[in-house]
Amino acid sequence: MHELSLASAIVEACDERACGTRVRRVCLLVGALSCVLPESLTFCFEVAAKGTALEGASLEIEMVPATSRCRDCGSAVLMREIFAACDCGSLNLEPPRGGNELRILSIEIEEAA
Amino acid sequence: MCTTCGCSEGGQARLTDPVSGKTESLADPEDAHLHAPEHFHPHSHEHGHTHEHGHTRVSLAEMPLAGLRSPVQGTMLRLEQEVLARNNRIAERNRGWLRGRGVLALNLVSSPGAGKTTLLEKTIRELQPQIPIRVVEGDQETSFDAERIRATGCPSVQVNTGTGCHLDAPMVERALQKLDPPSGALLLIENVGNLVCPALFDLGEAAKIVILSVTEGQDKPMKYPHMFRAAQLLLVNKTDLLPHVDFDVETCFDYARRVNPEIELLRVSARTGEGLDHWYRWLRARMDTAGLRAVS
Repeated sequence: MHELSLASAIVEACDERACGTRVRRVCLLVGALSCVLPESLTFCFEVAAKGTALEGASLEIEMVPATSRCRDCGSAVLMREIFAACDCGSLNLEPPRGGNELRILSIEIEEAA
Repeated sequence: MCTTCGCSEGGQARLTDPVSGKTESLADPEDAHLHAPEHFHPHSHEHGHTHEHGHTRVSLAEMPLAGLRSPVQGTMLRLEQEVLARNNRIAERNRGWLRGRGVLALNLVSSPGAGKTTLLEKTIRELQPQIPIRVVEGDQETSFDAERIRATGCPSVQVNTGTGCHLDAPMVERALQKLDPPSGALLLIENVGNLVCPALFDLGEAAKIVILSVTEGQDKPMKYPHMFRAAQLLLVNKTDLLPHVDFDVETCFDYARRVNPEIELLRVSARTGEGLDHWYRWLRARMDTAGLRAVS
C-alpha cells in the first residue's frame, strides 16, 4: 500500500523537475532491504502518472544490496534480502550497511523540438 | 527479479506452495519486470550464478540517451533525489522541534487489534500524574480511539488517513501544532494498525515501538521483518492469554533478534497490568536519556 505514496512522491518530484516537458523514463535506485515491492511500485507508478507529464513513462528500478559481514567467518556478505546468509551458512551477520536506498537517479525527458 | 538473466534479487512478490515447498516469482514476465527493454544491463552473461550481482550503478555517460523504442531524442536529467525527501525533511523538522521543546516522541506500531490503545489508556492513567502525556491517534477512519484517550483526561488528536495506510511526517507536524505539547511531555503516536507501511515513514520520533499480541502468532517478526527491524522495542502484549494460545514468547523473541539483534524485548498484559512496571521503567529511562526529567 505504501507503494502508492512512494509512486506519488516520485511522480511529483519528476513532474516538477521536468518543467512541463514529457518524461519518458525514470531511473530509480531501491535498496534490497527497503520494504518496497518493485512490482507494486511499478503498478502504482502507472496509476500515479496518469494525467501528468509522466503518463506512459517507464520506470526502471535498480535494486542494490546491503553490505554486511559474517560474525562467524568474517567474510563480507552482500544482502539481497532481509534474511541473507553468509556463504558459510551462518545467519549471524553484522547490522547491514545501506540497503534502504530509495532514490530517483535520473529522468529522461523529451527534447524540445 | 532480473529478467535478463533470471537471477533473484529478493524483495519481489513470490508464491510458495506449502505442500511442495516450491516458490515462484509473481512478477509478470511481460511487463512487471524491473528493467525496461532498453535497460542497460551492466554485467556480462558468461557467468555462473555465484557471481556478485550487485547491479552496479551505470554511470550516466554510459546510459543510452534515447530509448530504443522511440525515434525522438531524449535528454537525461540527473536528479539524485530521495523519494521520501519531503517526508524526511519534515520528520527532521519535527525531531528538531520536539528536541527543542523537550518532548519525547514515540511511534507505536502494530497490526490492528494488538492492544495499542488499551496500552496507552493504562500508561496514561499510571504516568499522567507525573508526566504530561499527549497522544496522536492514527486510523483510517473514525475518532473512536481519540475519544477513548480523551476519556482518560489526556489531550489527544486523531489523524484519519482515509485510504492511507500509515501516518507521515506532515500529518504529525500538523498534529503537533494542534496539540502543542508542553516541555517535558511524553508524546505517544499511535500509528495506523499495519505491520508493513509505517516502517518506512519517519515521523520525527525518538523510537518506534512495535506491539505484538500473543493471539497473532509467534512468527510475526519473521513474516513482517521490516517493522521489527525498524523498531527499538518489542512489546509482546496480552500475555494473560498465553495459557490459551500456541505462542512461545522465547521463540518470538529469538525471531525478533534474528531480524534485529539490537531490539529490546518486554512482555506485558495491558489488560491485567502484568509486566507494565517494566514498560514504565523503559519509558522513564528513555526520558532520562533524552534529558527530560521524569518523576519516578
